[in-house]
Amino acid sequence: MTTFLLAAAAFVLLLTAVGLKPLLRARGAADRIMAVQLLGSGGIGALLLFAEGTERYTAIDVSLTLALLAAFVSVALAKSARRLDATAPATDSADRQ
Amino acid sequence: MTLVLDLYTVVAVLGGAFFYLAGTVGLLRFPDTLTRLHALSKADNLGLGLIVLGLLPRVDGTLVALKLVCAWLLVLLSGATVAQLIARVARSQDPSA
Amino acid sequence: MSWSFAVDLAMAGLLLAIAVFTIAVRDAFAAVVAFAAYGLLVAVVWVRLQAVDVALTEAAIGSGLTGVLMLGAAARLRGTERAAQSARPAAWLRVVAAVLSATVATALGAAVWFFPDPAPTLAPAAVGEIDATGLGNTVTAVLMAYRATDTVLEKVVLVLAVLGVWSLAPDRAWGGRPGTLYRPDADGVLTFFARVLPPFGVVIGVYLMWTAADNPGGAFAGGTVLAAMWVLVMMAGLTDAPPVAGRALRLLVLVGPVVFVAFGFAGMVIADAFLAYPVDYAKALIVAIEVPMTVSIAAMLGMLLAGTPSRPVQP
Repeated sequence: MTTFLLAAAAFVLLLTAVGLKPLLRARGAADRIMAVQLLGSGGIGALLLFAEGTERYTAIDVSLTLALLAAFVSVALAKSARRLDATAPATDSADRQ
Repeated sequence: MTLVLDLYTVVAVLGGAFFYLAGTVGLLRFPDTLTRLHALSKADNLGLGLIVLGLLPRVDGTLVALKLVCAWLLVLLSGATVAQLIARVARSQDPSA
Repeated sequence: MSWSFAVDLAMAGLLLAIAVFTIAVRDAFAAVVAFAAYGLLVAVVWVRLQAVDVALTEAAIGSGLTGVLMLGAAARLRGTERAAQSARPAAWLRVVAAVLSATVATALGAAVWFFPDPAPTLAPAAVGEIDATGLGNTVTAVLMAYRATDTVLEKVVLVLAVLGVWSLAPDRAWGGRPGTLYRPDADGVLTFFARVLPPFGVVIGVYLMWTAADNPGGAFAGGTVLAAMWVLVMMAGLTDAPPVAGRALRLLVLVGPVVFVAFGFAGMVIADAFLAYPVDYAKALIVAIEVPMTVSIAAMLGMLLAGTPSRPVQP
């Protein structure tokens, strides 16, 4: 069972790696932001399987943090991508995001 | 009893891994950003959900089980929201999509 | 070649690939995305190396916080990106840089390759003395008991960083609000998200801080999660960044380091050394330091993410 769970974790990581390649190489910002999402869900899946397989449940805390932060970064990236494209009314030339 | 539980875990995790695989294949093969986004958010969320379901009977303690479910719910919530935001980025960059 | 070694090799290869991509890609935004992805993957690698505390901090700060900070920098540099890309340094300079980098990398690799076996380590000593601190997590014991002076100095550095960011404000916006005021999105997706996620985030952030006594966690990871939730609410336009001259904000920023230093001086009186704890109360004191510390870290990181003040307090 342990071997099976660890093998599943490795499989999910492998799929994440394979999925990253076209996303990072793509031209558009949307594809690239999806890379963060992919790593988030894939990494969390692998971590949960790894936590159960090695009986180290503290890895689940890492997956919770990953979930929150991946979402946060994706939102920031999406907002930034839209502002960089749209001709937003310049409220201040020194503003960010 | 343990045999039944182990079998259940194996089946659920295999199902989850299958959906991760489906999502990655979709990422690689779908023609444009929005369809790839669909593959990523639906398949990975379902894959993670099945993995969580498979691991639930194995953990000891309700707190850990709660954390597992919470991680999945967070990924679902953020996946759905970020998918919407990414789709808007994609649309703003390529209105014909 | 054992099976787990193959997996480790694959993870290392993927890490390298993302790192090379981050450096090689021309567009700053793409580099930031790759950097954030890299941070998330490194967090998984840390778990594989059984360093869960480091994994938590990496996921929170290395990926989330630094990624968004870089995003702001990339946005500001957008105007100069074309000029920067067309200016290439001289050939001899690049050769010198390449040689130096290769030398340093080789030296580091050799140092790792020729580690004495068993490697010198204080870990057994650290774990052996842990009962005196009343804690269960060795990393927290190192951070808050054995090397507490380093930790308090880190927090002072953080305060200085915030001061530095605030002092970059233009004259007319001195003491004003950072960032831009977002109107809540009419379509409501982000607004909904910023209403539903933060309660989870706050609970998890507080949990991460609270559990640090016995499990991986800590004030920094917890504080970063709290800061991320705060910035998310700001990004959705549901709240505005506070003016940096505000009393409440400055109090929140200072309470953590001040309490920490105060306990340090009290330790000189009660237990004979700066930041020494009397043995019976060690854990209680550490928790009493960690709570305001987490609040301060959340406030400071949130303000760092918000940026320099750019809007005057009163128009």
